[in-house]
Amino acid sequence: MHIPDGFLSTEVWLIMWALAVAVLGYAIWKTNERLGEKHVPMLGVLAAFIFAAQMLNTPVAGGTSGHMLGGVLAAVILGPFSASIIMATVFIVQGVFFQDGGITTLGANIFNMGLIGTVGGYYIYYTIKNIVKGDSGRFPAIAVAAWLAVVLASAATSIEIAASGIIPIGVVLPAMVSIHMIIGLIEAAVSVVVVAFILKTRPDLLELQKI
Amino acid sequence: MRDNYWIFGLVVALIMAAVISLYASPDPDGLERVAEDKGFLEHGEGHEVMESPMPDYIIPGIENEVLSASLAGVTGTLMLFGAGILLGKAFRGGTNNAT
Repeated sequence: MHIPDGFLSTEVWLIMWALAVAVLGYAIWKTNERLGEKHVPMLGVLAAFIFAAQMLNTPVAGGTSGHMLGGVLAAVILGPFSASIIMATVFIVQGVFFQDGGITTLGANIFNMGLIGTVGGYYIYYTIKNIVKGDSGRFPAIAVAAWLAVVLASAATSIEIAASGIIPIGVVLPAMVSIHMIIGLIEAAVSVVVVAFILKTRPDLLELQKI
Repeated sequence: MRDNYWIFGLVVALIMAAVISLYASPDPDGLERVAEDKGFLEHGEGHEVMESPMPDYIIPGIENEVLSASLAGVTGTLMLFGAGILLGKAFRGGTNNAT
């Protein structure tokens, strides 16, 4: 879902850059001097894992592929603010070094595929987890948040492209959302499997202070 | 970094980027598919602001396509691991609030 240069008008990509910078600035402020020694290796591992996972396109339907985004997974383990910094780093490296996503559109890509998951998705996860009491709430909460993060990202992407005057919203939004309702299932499945694996092998790693 | 689970995590990520990625679907992703179907794909062509050193996850100049793709994946994975560690150290608290 990486938006290339050219899909967004100057007004739209400037707004998205401003939004991304504002949220990231707040995330850095909330993270700075608060990470513990135990967070450090997890930041490295998650950044590496999410980059690698985003390379793994899986066929979904009718000659279309999808890959996971990872924002909800990162936020569930690290917390929303440090996860936001990690996701932004992934998209910066992809855009600058791998031509995956544009530079003008980097703010939009960070916002859509990163921050919607790390902040919005984390909030959804946290809310569901607190409604369903006990440990059993964890996995449904992750699955729903991960799926919704992908669907909301596709909606945001559609709105930005439509606002840029490229294509009417009535055309792009249903097409994007319907295909990402399927792609979101990958996100939900991988996020649940990774957290289940950590819970089974190193449950203490899920007890990091959420920042 | 004394707790060395990170080695396992990094190895898993490297295997994904270097080996499993070779079997990834080459089909367009959701946005590319919609752009193609709805006829706005050309808006994204020729507007690149900069040229990336490893466009589309290959290293130009390496003839062997498999090696080129694997090395690009490994490079990116190591870059992100390094960036994550550096960011973690940069945002680490002082001795008072380190937990």
